[in-house]
Amino acid sequence: MASDAITVPVGQTEARPWVDELHQWLTTVDHKRLGILYIVSALLFLVIGGVEALIIRIQLMHSHNNFVSPEVFNQMFTMHGTTMIFFVAMPVLFGFANYLVPLMIGARDMAFPRLNAFSFWLSFLGGLLLYFSFLGGSGLYGAGSAPDVGWWSYAPLGARAFSPGHSSDYWTLALLVSGFGSIGTAINIIATILCLRCPGMKINRMPLLVWMNLVMAGMVLLAITPLSTAQIMLLIDRYLGGHFFDTQAGGSAVLWMHFFWIFGHPEVYILIIPCFAFMSEIIPVFSRKPIFGYPVMVAATVCIAFVSMSVWAHHMFTIGMNSYANSFFTLTTMAVGVPTGIKIFNWIGTMWGGRIQFKTAMLFSIGFLFQFLIAGLTGIMMAASPFDWQLSLSYFVVAHFHYVIVGGILFALFAAFYYWYPKMTGRMLSERLGRWHFWLFLIGFHLTFDVMHIPGILGMPRRIYTYEPGRGWDSLNFIITIGAFIQALAILVFVANLIISYFKGARAGNDPWDAWTLEWSISSPPPAYNFATVPMVASRRPLWDLKHPEDPDSRYE
Amino acid sequence: MSTFRMKSSTLRILAQTMLLLFWSAVAGWASEPKSSSPNGTNIFAPASTPAKSIADLSVFVLVTTGIIFVVVFVLLVYSVVKFRGRAKDAGREPAQVYGSTQIELAWTIIPILIVVVLFLATARVIHAIQDAPEPAGAVDVTVIGHQYWWEFRYPKLGIVTANELHIPVSEPGHPTPTFLQLLSADTDHSFWVPELAGKTDLIPNHPNRMWMDPQRTGVFLGQCAQYCGIQHAKMLLRISVDAPEDFAAWVRSQQKPAIEDAGVLDGRRVFERNACMNCHRVDGTSADGRFGPDLTHLMSRATIAAGAADNTHDNLRLWIQNPRAIKPGSLMPAMQLSDPDLDAVVNYLETLN
Repeated sequence: MASDAITVPVGQTEARPWVDELHQWLTTVDHKRLGILYIVSALLFLVIGGVEALIIRIQLMHSHNNFVSPEVFNQMFTMHGTTMIFFVAMPVLFGFANYLVPLMIGARDMAFPRLNAFSFWLSFLGGLLLYFSFLGGSGLYGAGSAPDVGWWSYAPLGARAFSPGHSSDYWTLALLVSGFGSIGTAINIIATILCLRCPGMKINRMPLLVWMNLVMAGMVLLAITPLSTAQIMLLIDRYLGGHFFDTQAGGSAVLWMHFFWIFGHPEVYILIIPCFAFMSEIIPVFSRKPIFGYPVMVAATVCIAFVSMSVWAHHMFTIGMNSYANSFFTLTTMAVGVPTGIKIFNWIGTMWGGRIQFKTAMLFSIGFLFQFLIAGLTGIMMAASPFDWQLSLSYFVVAHFHYVIVGGILFALFAAFYYWYPKMTGRMLSERLGRWHFWLFLIGFHLTFDVMHIPGILGMPRRIYTYEPGRGWDSLNFIITIGAFIQALAILVFVANLIISYFKGARAGNDPWDAWTLEWSISSPPPAYNFATVPMVASRRPLWDLKHPEDPDSRYE
Repeated sequence: MSTFRMKSSTLRILAQTMLLLFWSAVAGWASEPKSSSPNGTNIFAPASTPAKSIADLSVFVLVTTGIIFVVVFVLLVYSVVKFRGRAKDAGREPAQVYGSTQIELAWTIIPILIVVVLFLATARVIHAIQDAPEPAGAVDVTVIGHQYWWEFRYPKLGIVTANELHIPVSEPGHPTPTFLQLLSADTDHSFWVPELAGKTDLIPNHPNRMWMDPQRTGVFLGQCAQYCGIQHAKMLLRISVDAPEDFAAWVRSQQKPAIEDAGVLDGRRVFERNACMNCHRVDGTSADGRFGPDLTHLMSRATIAAGAADNTHDNLRLWIQNPRAIKPGSLMPAMQLSDPDLDAVVNYLETLN
């Protein structure tokens, strides 16, 4: 295996003027820089979306609270949801995919570097458009107004009759523009993985992270397309006299629901599969064992991708589908639990018999396993459609999907940050701050989202800006709000850790975790064009082979 | 060496924290004050067949998933504790195991069997609730969702009312279930009274159906569950489940036209000379609007503004003067009446029994 780092010429390390540096970042087509741009922009939106969540939580702290008006509250939950899904979760995962996929397959860049830059700037522009609505939402007169139709913008609420002005147009355009960016990135990831693997890296030797991002990218192509289609149809309704979703002219509200959720449910898996990918890299390294059941993990991922395309209407159990449709979507939704369960068992199987090192990245991974287990089980509850007739649209469902997105996706992302930050910056994140971050966030998370299931069971609907006293919801909501602030504090610790460690962290070296995939064979941060000589691999863990020539993996595969 | 000892104590703390959180959540739930009247909105306190069969299924699903949770959680905790790195094996790698077909098969087939069982149990309940035939003695109600209130029409009985639904209790020997037809006048809404039935949406151009057969009398609370606009939060629902004779009496009183009281003729004139009559209906007068609630028997209702306020003199006056003081975003305009006109119209409305 020849993969020595490119030696950086002395002239290049001199400090350039900041304008030059900025220019470099803005015009870069390097996959690593674009990856970091994705991640940084997502962190920015994470903080904004988090502030919106805190406003929501303060308002709901007790019944009949007047912290914000109903108009503002409705804008907050709409913007919070839209921001977190489209401008935090997707970009940050694309960022990691961009950064890691070429490194892990021994490539020097993505297949289409310019498309890559174009896609990032489209996504970012989408975010800016969304937030410009605060200024430009109602046009020339008066103050602006952000979208307030919910992040699904259910028809006919998004029609002109109910949503005059331009606020929901900003929502539509933001999703349309960032959707094109997502499709570009997905095409790029697929082309990169299929065409740029280094010699010896057969498709069944790719790291699981690469496999799972391949599946994710395929799902993006299938899922974003109906969303973009629906947005264009909505624009036709609003500006060209169409009646697709205009119920007052005979259009169909249910059609919009189908379009939205045939995007919306695969979207959940688009977000969680890259997190499965992080787990499948991090858990083996800190358990000091290869992933348990590599081919089964791949099969389970592909299986999830297929089945998840046929479950969307479980978001619509309350809309009055007939009993056959409800039964069908109950069955498909429960069936997704099987391959997902297989994955959890395989991760436990990976830890079994290992020597687990409790670095912060591993702590977050164990947190992920625990919370994702619960999120999956509450998902089974709601898959039983009669149970869902009670739980859907209530705070139970809010608790459930935050369990997936925060307890699952965000915990996995934090693990990924602690694991790959040294590669990206050349510095280690502080383990001490990392532990503070982990424990604070864990406590805040459980205080908020464990408790949040209960008001749902007690009949509290979602998206209400206030509620009546005497229903048994007050004290629970108060606890939830306290938890939210503990989580916010933990995020501050995390951001502080990112900044402080960038300047003062210990030097990482090439391979701080004694890991096995190709990105750890080159310097941290990797040089432009990554590999001085293109590496050659003979197994799924090329660095294991290098470190254990007496017992290489290639002997068993 | 000391670092590894610390890890096991962190794990203990992790486990203890989880347990503590779980029990505090359960305790918090159990100790919530339960108001005796009206009924609460707890999905596990069903008072009607659909809600009851859902609750039974829910308990079955909860127990099944609970067992899965315990099994996987124990496996997870065991592997984390048992296989934690120790100082003595520093530098040595554990045995490299790549997988096992038998084990993979086991943890594929067992979940498939569980899914089959859960699906069959669920499908039975879906069919029992959704495909239930409507018996001859059933009460029919058409529910029309509006931004942000409920219209109830009883086509067989010729009654129109708003926000407070009256239905008869259904006795086992003489079942009188209520079948609701769900329509919407504007955006999507959802009809949810947790102790009587699961929720069903009201969608324009998409009529839906649901039913309930409450087995005890009393007032049951609920509210709109599908986000429908600014005042989604205060689109509250009250269902009064009446004893058969009370329901019959209520029907008779609602079927009468509005009471004509010569003492409040001033107020009636204000009502009819202003825009009130464009949106509201008072049976027996020229007021025939459909946009707002029917006011023929306004005073038979305990609340106004879709449950946002009690139906008292002061609230009624404030509501007419400035609806948005009670319910910001309400579609009823502030009528800008002079004080004498305001008092007169409130006096008039208070005669509409």
